[in-house]
Amino acid sequence: MPTNKSVSKAPITQFVNCRILRDHKLQREDLWVREGRILDPEKLFFDEEGYADQRVDCEGLIIAPGFIDVQINGGYGIDFSQATSNVRGGVALVAKKILEHGVTSFLPTLVTSPPNIYHKVLSEVKVHSGGVEGAGVLGCHLEGPFISLEKKGAHPEQYLRSFQSGGMLDLIETYGTLDNVAMVTLAPELPNSEKVVRELAQRGITVSLGHSVANLSQAEEAVQNGASFITHLFNAMLPFHHRDPGIVGLLTSDQVPQDRTVFYGMIADGIHTNSAALRIAHRAHPTGLVLVTDAITAMGLPPGRHTLGQQVIEIQGLHAYVAGCSVEQALEAASLHPAQLLGITRCKGTLDYGADADLVLLDDAINVRATYIAGQEVWRK
Amino acid sequence: MRLVILEDYDLASEWAAKYIRNRIIQFKPSADRYFTLGLPTGSTPFGCYKKLIEFHKNGDLSFKYVKTFNMDEYVGLPRAHPESYHSYMWNNFFKHIDIDPANVSILDGNITDLEAECEAFEKKITQAGGIDLFVGGIGPDGHIAFNEPGSSLVSRTRVKTLAKDTIVANARFFGNDLSKVPTMALTVGVGTVMDAREVMILITGAHKAFALYKAIEEGVNHMWTVSAFQQHPRTIFVCDEDATLELRVKTVKYFKGLMHVHNRLVDPVLSIKDQ
Repeated sequence: MPTNKSVSKAPITQFVNCRILRDHKLQREDLWVREGRILDPEKLFFDEEGYADQRVDCEGLIIAPGFIDVQINGGYGIDFSQATSNVRGGVALVAKKILEHGVTSFLPTLVTSPPNIYHKVLSEVKVHSGGVEGAGVLGCHLEGPFISLEKKGAHPEQYLRSFQSGGMLDLIETYGTLDNVAMVTLAPELPNSEKVVRELAQRGITVSLGHSVANLSQAEEAVQNGASFITHLFNAMLPFHHRDPGIVGLLTSDQVPQDRTVFYGMIADGIHTNSAALRIAHRAHPTGLVLVTDAITAMGLPPGRHTLGQQVIEIQGLHAYVAGCSVEQALEAASLHPAQLLGITRCKGTLDYGADADLVLLDDAINVRATYIAGQEVWRK
Repeated sequence: MRLVILEDYDLASEWAAKYIRNRIIQFKPSADRYFTLGLPTGSTPFGCYKKLIEFHKNGDLSFKYVKTFNMDEYVGLPRAHPESYHSYMWNNFFKHIDIDPANVSILDGNITDLEAECEAFEKKITQAGGIDLFVGGIGPDGHIAFNEPGSSLVSRTRVKTLAKDTIVANARFFGNDLSKVPTMALTVGVGTVMDAREVMILITGAHKAFALYKAIEEGVNHMWTVSAFQQHPRTIFVCDEDATLELRVKTVKYFKGLMHVHNRLVDPVLSIKDQ
């Protein structure tokens, strides 16, 4: 409000005594927020002759962009792949709980299911912004059913499908709609997959490779057709082999178009992947790492608990000394990279001016102390 | 003039900052009576700004009732460019203190009518009651602000084309690419600074030594525009040992001998906590 009102009368909040993640580094800078977005204080000062209405003292904490979880199947007793009587309520419950882990946006994920489940759930779960009620839904992640039989993992065999009707027809028949769908995981070696990959990518839906026995060239072809993600690297795919690295080989493939990045999801809980394997992937392709929880109801793992688990970073002060991954890199793997993957970096995943003020305040041990969505505090420890 | 010689850059910066602090606090500025400060940019005053910020953060100094007028700004450089003087002042000073943005004046180098901008700036200074203390630096060619060699010693705020020396000296801020350095700037005139009630010039480093010699041991000369301040009633030159390397031993000894007098200006150092 103390401005010459040339741009806006809305109140301005200034976060002081903090270290913010900007330009890939933690820097001692204040963070300014107005109307739910990050504000450029220099413009405010010179153009509007303005300054902050209120200051929030962060007491030395780190401010990172709110985390984005692109693979989460449920939690706290909720399973997104169930067509319960209250699908929306279930999503809302999880959305609220994950705020405690600094997750401000997520993709409710559905595992392989019969068509009626997809029809029901997808009609109920809509893309919407987060707030005090919970993290924002960016769209659904449909993991299956167009996946490989040999690599079904925990998915139910009887509901696996192929592109027998040519591709998109099978998709629409199975899912019912592609509205509110942000990502589809499929196995590219399935016949007719090329058209599907291209069509989905054109529609702005992220195509991910997973639960597949594809070899490297099949994977590369899928990437050239528009695939940009690998679902839980190493799990449910052929193991790395030096004469055919399979999907894992995409991390260093020279067939990936210059202007594109292949991202890969990692469940960094030390159980799904050995920490040494995680380090190999990270060192081979650090800018593609996306941390996911892949949390599910039955396992009872609270969503987000291992998002920045010990296997990725061990902190002593601000220096990682086990996983060879810095704090900044770990934070970006949970925020910037998923935003880049989904193509939403203009407003999510960064603390750049103009971006949505979805924030997570962390201490040096990367424990979440407070979460903000659109500049509003939605959770505090 | 007073020539205050400190051992090194840090001590010179600290002395200058303490002097500014004392002058502001002694003045007892209020909403009816602002303290007007003229300010420079560049690497020389950097340490002084850091010290002033420290004083503010410790609660000893407030800029609430201070009005500032910067000396200069590049023409045609976007204001958001990291090397613009607006950016310099924001990042190195304004964002760390409690100054009211409405009390900050920096020439706008991107406006269509540059002459009108310069005239308006002069008017603004007059309306503010003139400058109480104008802080400046000196270029290797002896210029004050962008008043390059040959500038009239009674000049006012105007557009200036930068000398080759200045462009070369500034290239280090533009990735050492001469083609990227702006060629014109808006600057206060020598006359504008001479109108200030008090002037403090900061000079540090051996590369400024020859300019300092020309400015204070030779005559008043428009080729070394800082020499104009020989005719100002209240000027202080604050420098480090390296900046005195081209001066006569006699000059240096004389002024060093006066340090106990000079130091009374900064010791005791005042604080708003005591008011």
